[in-house]
Amino acid sequence: MAYSEKVIDHYQNPKNVGTLDKGSKNVGTGLVGAPECGDVMRLQIEVDDATGMITDAKFKTFGCGSAIASSSLATEWLKGKSIDQALAVDNMDFVEELNLPPVKIHCSVLAEDAIKAAINDYRVKNGMDAIKFEDSVVH
Amino acid sequence: MLKLPIYLDNNATTPMDPRVLEVMTPYFLEHFGNAASRNHPFGWQAEEAVDYAREQVAKLIGADPKEIIFTSGATEGDNLAIKGIYEMYASKGNHVITATTEHKAVLDTCKHIEKTGGEVTYLQVKPDGLIDLKELEAAIRPTTILIAIMYANNEIGTIQPIREISAIAKKHGVLLFSDAVQAVGKIPVDVNKDGIDLMAFTAHKMYGPKGVGALYVRRKNPRVKVTAQMDGGGHERGMRSGTLNVPGIVGFGKACELCMQDMEEDTQRISKLRNKLETELMKLEEAYINGSTEHRLPHVTNISFKHVEGEGLLMGFNKNIALSSGSACTSASLEPSYVLKALGLGDDLAHSSLRFGLGRFTNEEQIDYTIKAISETVLKLRDMSPLWEMYKEGIDLSKIEWAAH
Repeated sequence: MAYSEKVIDHYQNPKNVGTLDKGSKNVGTGLVGAPECGDVMRLQIEVDDATGMITDAKFKTFGCGSAIASSSLATEWLKGKSIDQALAVDNMDFVEELNLPPVKIHCSVLAEDAIKAAINDYRVKNGMDAIKFEDSVVH
Repeated sequence: MLKLPIYLDNNATTPMDPRVLEVMTPYFLEHFGNAASRNHPFGWQAEEAVDYAREQVAKLIGADPKEIIFTSGATEGDNLAIKGIYEMYASKGNHVITATTEHKAVLDTCKHIEKTGGEVTYLQVKPDGLIDLKELEAAIRPTTILIAIMYANNEIGTIQPIREISAIAKKHGVLLFSDAVQAVGKIPVDVNKDGIDLMAFTAHKMYGPKGVGALYVRRKNPRVKVTAQMDGGGHERGMRSGTLNVPGIVGFGKACELCMQDMEEDTQRISKLRNKLETELMKLEEAYINGSTEHRLPHVTNISFKHVEGEGLLMGFNKNIALSSGSACTSASLEPSYVLKALGLGDDLAHSSLRFGLGRFTNEEQIDYTIKAISETVLKLRDMSPLWEMYKEGIDLSKIEWAAH
């Protein structure tokens, strides 16, 4: 199966690989997927308390090229967005931007789940309720 | 000069040896006859060529030429052997014994006979990929008519103890069929010394053309017969109708002759390269060889690089190196290799595996390039892997509640 150029580019030059201090109150961490499924994504956001804007985002991903590309793209998109804007990111946005084939849709779902999990982690740390999302439909 | 891409997927198929193509060419053009045409020189020439090839093929496995049934490949051979025995020996019983690490062509054929009233025992394998001989013997029933165990595995190269298996089969009066696709031409296989009654193999895994293979069917001690699975002109002693693929068969014969002639030299050279590849890659942390290293084909190795996903790993170099992975991230089921899982590997290690199949045309420069490319990619992806980071922090990954999706 051939990958799209955008997937290859993110795979070869991933953006924002790394780790933020998960103990920090400003940092929300989302860890989704499972090793036995062949992909695990960890997405972290750093939020400015005063403005509610995401100032930094980092990822680490165990998975195929599409999973790596989706999480790399997610960090690019999240930086500079407000939490509300980040919540609006949909898995189909990844599918369209990266030209993911149907067998790789689950990578985009995982990326969306990772964003939501990171936001909820941030919310809970800061005394807010976790938002209840509908379960992802894939698998 | 190193020519890219490098081919290290010789268990999937091998490139043709140019010496094979050379002998095939005339049989596409001037000698195009039907080997079953008995009344003119075109037919005679084709028949003569097929007879010669049948001898070359038989010689490689220590068989009589009359015991060679030409097929379209090993999938057909597997089907013909298992279904053919099941139907031919129906009055004796309906039970077949096989193993969970067999090729799909064997497993799915067994599933088929189960649907038509057959009974099949699927033996588990030990962590090294070998079957347990005691379990095999214990599985034999009065109704057992066939044991179907592969000679060597396509994913991990593990060689089964065929002689011990055939001794058990003989003791209980059960026939032994072996899918020997990966073994024939690579290691010495002798149907008489090994005690095999039926054996499927194919040309394209031994530097011959695709679309031609053979089923060995024993004629003496005991005389074995299979029910034909295709009706027609009664070719191949009535066991496999259909006009013979003369150029393919000629190439198959030549490929067998070359394997026999070059086996020792090829094996020595290739296993040295395989060992170098393996030794260097095993210098990476948390790398594991899958399957027995003692009972193994000389040109195969299968290695898991923990905390790196196989398909992601392949993407780092698959423009330049052709390899396959036990990961199946592309399949709808997301199930990794059933062979690796049968060894007792966790899904995570199965997802992290690469299968290397070296061959006659692999050279040292290619292996050096491969070692470097794979090592670099593994390190790069581990820097990017949350699992690797957690492992390094001493976190027990098995204790984490993963949100499986």
